[in-house]
Amino acid sequence: MTVLVYAEHDNSQLKADTAKLVSAASQLADDIHVLVAGEHCAQVASQAAELKGVTRVLQVNHSAYAHQLAENCAQLVVSIAKDYSHILAAATTGGKNFMPRVAALLDVAQISDIIQIENSATFVRPIYAGNAIATVSCNEPIKILTIRSAAFDAVETGNNAPVETLDVIKEDPRVRFDSEQLTVSERPELTAAEVVISGGRGMQNGENFALLEAIADKLGAAVGASRAAVDAGFVPNDMQVGQTGKIVAPQLYIAVGISGAIQHLAGMKDSKIIVAINKDEDAPIFQVADYGLVGDLFEILPELEKAL
Amino acid sequence: MKILVPIKRVIDYNVKVRVKPDNSSVDLTNTKMAMNPFCEIAVEEAVRLKEKGIATEVLVVSIGDKTCQEQIRTAMALGADRGLHIDCEQPLDSLHVAKLLTKVVEQEQPQLIILGKQSIDSDNNQTGQMLAAMANLPQGTFASEVSVEQGTVKVTREIDGGLQTLVLTLPAVVTTDLRLNEPRYASLPNIMKAKRKPLDVKPADEFGVDLSPRVEILKVTPPQKRSGGTKVSGVTELVEKLRNEAKVIP
Ligand SMILES: Cc1cc2nc3c(=O)[nH]c(=O)nc-3n(C[C@H](O)[C@H](O)[C@H](O)COP(=O)(O)OP(=O)(O)OC[C@H]3O[C@@H](n4cnc5c(N)ncnc54)[C@H](O)[C@@H]3O)c2cc1C
Repeated sequence: MTVLVYAEHDNSQLKADTAKLVSAASQLADDIHVLVAGEHCAQVASQAAELKGVTRVLQVNHSAYAHQLAENCAQLVVSIAKDYSHILAAATTGGKNFMPRVAALLDVAQISDIIQIENSATFVRPIYAGNAIATVSCNEPIKILTIRSAAFDAVETGNNAPVETLDVIKEDPRVRFDSEQLTVSERPELTAAEVVISGGRGMQNGENFALLEAIADKLGAAVGASRAAVDAGFVPNDMQVGQTGKIVAPQLYIAVGISGAIQHLAGMKDSKIIVAINKDEDAPIFQVADYGLVGDLFEILPELEKAL
Repeated sequence: MKILVPIKRVIDYNVKVRVKPDNSSVDLTNTKMAMNPFCEIAVEEAVRLKEKGIATEVLVVSIGDKTCQEQIRTAMALGADRGLHIDCEQPLDSLHVAKLLTKVVEQEQPQLIILGKQSIDSDNNQTGQMLAAMANLPQGTFASEVSVEQGTVKVTREIDGGLQTLVLTLPAVVTTDLRLNEPRYASLPNIMKAKRKPLDVKPADEFGVDLSPRVEILKVTPPQKRSGGTKVSGVTELVEKLRNEAKVIP
């Protein structure tokens, strides 16, 4: 059996998700290929080749893949799919976007958001915003899987797998990339950070997020947010943690001015340690918090920053 | 321009599900059900396009047993013109749903299909993309802004790094993210009016789609419980605990 892992990257850097996908793949087979589809992404391919367990890297360099357009990436994967027993992508907005197209074109079901692999046909995934955990089995000839990377440990580097270039260009004329607005931040990525500090509606406005940033800088943390904070325009959408935002599982998650709605909990309740800061002692967030601190965040945050 | 909006009946988003004691599935008896929130946003977007004079007709389709007619009526109360209920008792995988919807697309030839990006029960996030692939259409998923202009639709998408904007040639599939719009409430007169709007019912087996299950649920269990609930007295105690007890900060 050979497993294909679809690499997550931005054309210059391999994302941390990929090392976790490879670790998931290694539970399925010994022969693991990584597909790096992008433009000017040779550096990404060499980073993928360093991941332990990878037996071959397939790289495709073309403008058609520069922006990970689902139509093109799905056709590319389908064109090589028959060689694989399983195809894995991260359950990020990238993998979620194109993988169901791959499944549909192959006429097979997809299993989304896998948190545990029981065997080559049995997988565990959360449903109902993580309020239930389903164990499912699937006998499709090719298994199309998206993996919740927060649930798997990354493999180490130090490998030197061969890199092969593919010449498969799939370009759908009906979709055109127009523009993008990417958030630039010096801080670690939310889904990769060891510490995450998130703010909710209680932060009152975007400027007040500076209080969280000051603490984040001391802890090397990423800054996240609840949907309410994003909807209110305090911070951009890519900071949303939850059922429909990012799923994080850091060593330490600090929720500030967040009530703890089911949908928010779905994105962070697998964190190792949870701290909640909220002025309402009955806020549901306290039920999942290892350390709850009742009080006004505007008094607590500056004090916390000083104490660190 | 005709817009097709597939919708799903799911557990109300405020309700916390319970797992059945025999671990066969979740217990939905006497649970409040509603239209999936993302589907509601899809309906709202379609209705707004109609109000702007861009769309001429909004057709809503739902697949399930007859209870999902309730959600079709809700969508019509929000402004959809016509409903189609594909009657099916058995649970379906996203792949089946997408196949049935592909047939509807072939029959109805909509220019735009707007769906929710995921349903809050199975949390799959697959159907729109699968439909787009099978109907051979371009897709704009996780949309936070949609504008239709001369045979194209411009879609701003919420992606992990920020926002991405694509231009798709119509016909196309769009899936909604939360910030696309804020759905209206149905007014009483519109709820009354919706009762008289046409709602077709067709059995799923008339579509010639193989609906045999592809994914088998072996068991459903409750998530591991966190032993939360401990309070600390102040910042000093918090920092001390994080350092010495949890050892998560230096
Ligand atoms: C389909 C769907 C999907 C969703 N997906 C997500 C998701 O992915 N992520 C997500 O987060 N939400 C999601 N939501 C929204 C979710 O239901 C909640 O509305 C949201 O999480 C609430 O955010 P909040 O806790 O910041 O705001 P609130 O619930 O308003 O809580 C604010 C909290 O701040 C506290 N507070 C206020 N002032 C202070 C102060 N000075 N000091 C200390 N504490 C203070 C209050 O006591 C309160 O507990 C989703 C909803 C739906 C319907």
